[in-house]
Amino acid sequence: MLLTLSTTHTPATDLGYLLHKNPERPQSFELSFGLAHVFYPEATASRTTAALLLEVDPVALVRGRPSSGGPGGPLEQYVNDRPYVASSFMSVALSRVFGTALSGRSKDRPELAGQPIPLSARLSVLPCRGGEAFLRRLFEPLGYTVTATRHALDETVPAWGDSRYFTVTLEGRVRLGDLLSHLYVLIPVLDDDKHYWVGDEEVEKLVRHGEGWLAAHPEREQIARRYLRHRHSLAREALERLAGDEAPEPEERQEARNAEEAVLESRLSLNEQRLQTVMSVLQEHGAARVVDLGCGEGKLVRALLKDRRFTEIVGMDVSHRTLEIAQDRLGIERMSDLQRQRVKLLHGSLLYRDQRLTGFDAATVIEVLEHLDMPRLEAFERVLFEHTRPGLIVLTTPNSEYNVRFTSLPAGTFRHRDHRFEWTRAEFEAWAARMCERFGYSARFLPVGENDPEVGAPTQMAVFTR
Amino acid sequence: MNVHIPELSLVVLIGPSGSGKTTFAHRHFKPTEVLSSDTYRGFVSDDENNQEATKDAFETLRFVAAKRLARGLLTVVDATNVQPESRKAFVELAREYHVLPVALVLDVPERTCIERNQQRPDRAASFRFVKNQVSQLHRSMRGLEREGFRHLHVLKPDVIDRVVLERQPLWCNLKHERGPFDIIGDIHGCREELEALLTKLGYQVRPRADGAPGFDVRPPEGRKAVFLGDLVDRGPDIPGVLRLVMDMVEAGTALCVPGNHEMKLLRKLRGGKVNVSHGMAQTLEQLEKEPPEFHQRVAKFIDDLVSHYVLDDGRLVVAHAGLKESMQGRGSGRVRTFALYGETTGETDEYGFPVRFNWAAEYRGRAAVVYGHQAVLEAEWVNNTLCVDTGCVYGGQLTALRYPEKELVSVPARRVYCEPVKPLGAPAPSGLSAQQQADDVLDLEDVRGKRVISTRLAAHVTLREENTTAALEAMSRFAIDPRWLIYLPPTMSPSETSTLPGFLEHPQQAFDYYRKEGVAQVVCEEKHMGSRAVVVIARDADATRRRFGVTTGETGVCYTRTGRRFFTDEALEAAFLARVRAALDASGFWEELKTDWACLDCELMPWSLKAQELLRDPYAAVGAASRAALTDVVAVLGQATARGLQLGELSARFTDKASQVQRYVEAYRRYCWPVTSLDDVRLAPFHLLATEGAAHVDKDHVWHMETLARVCRAAPSFLVATPYRVVALEDADAVAGGVRWWEELTARGGEGMVVKPFGFAVRGKKGVVQPAIKSRGPEYLRIIYGPEYTTPANLDRLRQRGLGTKRSLAMREFALGVEGLERFTKKESLRRVHECVFGVLALESEPVDPRL
Repeated sequence: MLLTLSTTHTPATDLGYLLHKNPERPQSFELSFGLAHVFYPEATASRTTAALLLEVDPVALVRGRPSSGGPGGPLEQYVNDRPYVASSFMSVALSRVFGTALSGRSKDRPELAGQPIPLSARLSVLPCRGGEAFLRRLFEPLGYTVTATRHALDETVPAWGDSRYFTVTLEGRVRLGDLLSHLYVLIPVLDDDKHYWVGDEEVEKLVRHGEGWLAAHPEREQIARRYLRHRHSLAREALERLAGDEAPEPEERQEARNAEEAVLESRLSLNEQRLQTVMSVLQEHGAARVVDLGCGEGKLVRALLKDRRFTEIVGMDVSHRTLEIAQDRLGIERMSDLQRQRVKLLHGSLLYRDQRLTGFDAATVIEVLEHLDMPRLEAFERVLFEHTRPGLIVLTTPNSEYNVRFTSLPAGTFRHRDHRFEWTRAEFEAWAARMCERFGYSARFLPVGENDPEVGAPTQMAVFTR
Repeated sequence: MNVHIPELSLVVLIGPSGSGKTTFAHRHFKPTEVLSSDTYRGFVSDDENNQEATKDAFETLRFVAAKRLARGLLTVVDATNVQPESRKAFVELAREYHVLPVALVLDVPERTCIERNQQRPDRAASFRFVKNQVSQLHRSMRGLEREGFRHLHVLKPDVIDRVVLERQPLWCNLKHERGPFDIIGDIHGCREELEALLTKLGYQVRPRADGAPGFDVRPPEGRKAVFLGDLVDRGPDIPGVLRLVMDMVEAGTALCVPGNHEMKLLRKLRGGKVNVSHGMAQTLEQLEKEPPEFHQRVAKFIDDLVSHYVLDDGRLVVAHAGLKESMQGRGSGRVRTFALYGETTGETDEYGFPVRFNWAAEYRGRAAVVYGHQAVLEAEWVNNTLCVDTGCVYGGQLTALRYPEKELVSVPARRVYCEPVKPLGAPAPSGLSAQQQADDVLDLEDVRGKRVISTRLAAHVTLREENTTAALEAMSRFAIDPRWLIYLPPTMSPSETSTLPGFLEHPQQAFDYYRKEGVAQVVCEEKHMGSRAVVVIARDADATRRRFGVTTGETGVCYTRTGRRFFTDEALEAAFLARVRAALDASGFWEELKTDWACLDCELMPWSLKAQELLRDPYAAVGAASRAALTDVVAVLGQATARGLQLGELSARFTDKASQVQRYVEAYRRYCWPVTSLDDVRLAPFHLLATEGAAHVDKDHVWHMETLARVCRAAPSFLVATPYRVVALEDADAVAGGVRWWEELTARGGEGMVVKPFGFAVRGKKGVVQPAIKSRGPEYLRIIYGPEYTTPANLDRLRQRGLGTKRSLAMREFALGVEGLERFTKKESLRRVHECVFGVLALESEPVDPRL
């Protein structure tokens, strides 16, 4: 909400000429989100300070918006930090109020505008995602001395720790236009948010205001990505345009990509192995009509569709949104009639018996069990084994013993935030034995994934038959 | 000429083209009752004469006919129907829906048909075509009855125009009999016990005055006995029982439906060959001593019995072995078989008996079904059905259900007259009731899709499909066990927006609302600064099992307004519940309310216990940012003013902002206190929603406050009695006092108050009034509408808020919540309770301004 710009260049009052704002006459400007005020708390020949004060209308933030369904996120709330912090509102104000200065020009002091002078900028409250280290990595390469003070969330509740807000002072000998450009680009980058929809014209703005400094900035990747609100294609386009065509891809970036791929691959392979094991069990038993309970986004359904031996494939999930994604990914709408007749997606729940799920050769319950609250397992058991009651049930769940092999997983935590429990092999097999006893099934167990001699495979599978 | 047809039947008109079927149909039936093949040819092909479309036309016609019959509506098929195969399809359709097929033949001479066809050039059937139809009709005429048309009327040209159709009620339809009834289960010749039971029910049973064998029975004023069959076999005085029942039925003081034992006896009496078993020997031996007239009387009596009765405006059905909803009030061989024998799965059990299909577990009908047939240890309601055969002849009891009181009255058997081949149903090893066992797994069909729920307070509550879809996910992924989840609280609307300067909400508007609705007195309760919590708690494990069917060892639960477990830590929850239970124990609550469980609507404090994340961000975060920024701004403005700049108005505005954010920070800080153990937690119960046998929605709020205050006094450091005031709305001083109290509460930093009508569920001018209206304090509203909401320019805009959706949701959720509690306390099935709770959750997914 408050930015002050000071200089000790003599005469310091020349700052008024550079900013095209008279130090003796406070001015206000109407902007789309409220008012911007410019005034000079001090204006002497030795030191002059200009203040840009934003008066963001907190009610209009919520009310004035054409549609509340847009990409507004936190802006939907009345209890909101936007009126008080430096954000993309500040960037907009800089370009509207100090537009000429931002472009590096001055009517009355053109040579001064092109000359580095001692300047300091103070942002009262700047949200910094990435903390002080990131703040420094952004400004220090540009030649600033950075002073940052972090604010506690609430000094009366020390346990809550620090907020993401800093009071930041940047000092350096720099051209005013450059300082303003740096602020224009880097404030929303630190805030990691924008109050408006980011489209192609944002690339233009980034290229324009980043000219001369961004291409060589060590954090250019991150800056572009955040400035363009993580829209990767836009970020790549901006970087390419800044760097020119021939610039080679930086080495560290290449490495990062490989690492990402490796993580992805190892995940993929476990998932893939799971699907393959499920498929082969189904094929081995000659199941043709299969219901996948908790089908998620439809990975197994897709695999089943590829094998014509599966004549009827039903995917069921409790999340309507997930089913929409599955519908879309599987391309059911675009399938031929012949394919479409084989597959159906149902919204349902594993805790309610469901006539639509009966009469199948096999049911698969892949990585679903652990998402149910333990006290509700009883209902699930009866729905599956007593009411749905297919001839074959293929059920998988994580083997919690294997978790020690995931080095990135802190001890005692589950693999997924929504897991309500994870079982050891003994626990799982004891449970399965109870199901067999109670509902007249028999079970065998298969490891899925690399079978560690000590802790077993990452995934455990039970195959129930009647 | 009068022609009788059953009120619910499938009438098949039969006659060649030109025989006058359509004219006849229009004269005697409602247009919607008549499904004409011509019309359906038109529907599917745009051409009523298009013979090529006949197959599609008939498929569509049959589909519509099936829907009508399923709804119990008389339906007429207007088609030539001269071929046996076309009629067969309709006989089958009628049977499928247990309605009687009726054939009405228009037997018009060939010449007339041809002439009529010639007068209709648009749709003239050919000469040969008509001739052919007439000959087909004549060939099939004699076989019609064999085809299944028990009701068959052949109308000649001379009577066709003079026919008067009379619709006759079915024999089983006694909807006009409203009771009260005493419904008595299988007697099997236990005359002494029957007399004892009738006497206990208040009937005067005396021998006939004329000295002839028989009885003169005087029922209590207006009551009527209903016998559920199986009067005979096995027991000591079968003729005596028959005499008593026949005398009562003949005197109009009783109704009787047949049992399977009567039907077998009838076959025997008629000279049929039957296997004398299952106690029939006793019947035959005892009847031998009776004169032949008695035998004839018995045979006639049994023969006249109707498979089942629908009574009391359709609210009660009686049948020997029970009856599925789709068969009630209908007649077919299958209905009769079901009513006599029930349904079997085709398997046999270890004693060699056919395994009975548990139709009651699946029953969803609105009518209560009372039946016998299968001896049980104890009569227990399951899904609105009750078996009252408690095995008197096996040494059990003879039981009657008093209806509509739904009281069970029994007399013990004098002795064991017959050893049961298989033991009477032993109690389930889990100790669960029949209803709890039937309820164990909920069915998706009972919650999914668009639903309309009937409630006592608001006739119907409609749930949209997108809302039930959302609720299914929330219920499945996050909610607690439905057996505990008997209630979800309704959302609460704020008062209408205040126009007083500086206020968005003020109690005056809440008072005005209730006064306008004709409410004389309101109760104002302090609004606690915590989170809504519902506590369902049983006195012990035994009460838990009996009342909730939960056998996991838990004896209570504390859950949020969306049905999630409040404490994620099991041990913490157990300790919390132990404290609540200790207070209930110590205050004599269980004895006072004659209960061993309770459902409490509460506020759990501090708010920070549940809302820690929310408090850090956005609340504290916005506080930190705004204070830091405004401190700087005020300083810089001061500096500028000091050097002579004219910034008066701007300075004033920002100084005000600085003070508003300071007050905002103070407002959220009141909601945080550190919680290191249960000692730091407070629970404020404000509604005692339900205890055994009673949903306390008939008690006023002062009763709730005082009853709960007594409990709170037993644990003063843990339970908080809610401070409250009663305000008479016509008394200006009282109203002013209410406002003053609110001002005091909010000046101390309180959240505000909740204004409720004196009664719990009160009807106003337009139905039930809002159960509660909140008036939130101006400082509290800073954390809802933002730190600077009191700036006049902001407040003016914020006053534009619509309460309509919120109010309507609050009403519907209240109606559903109360309905669920009432169903639970009436021991209705879990699915009926769950339906209501699910409904509240579904409505909660409706988008509404979250700040209201």
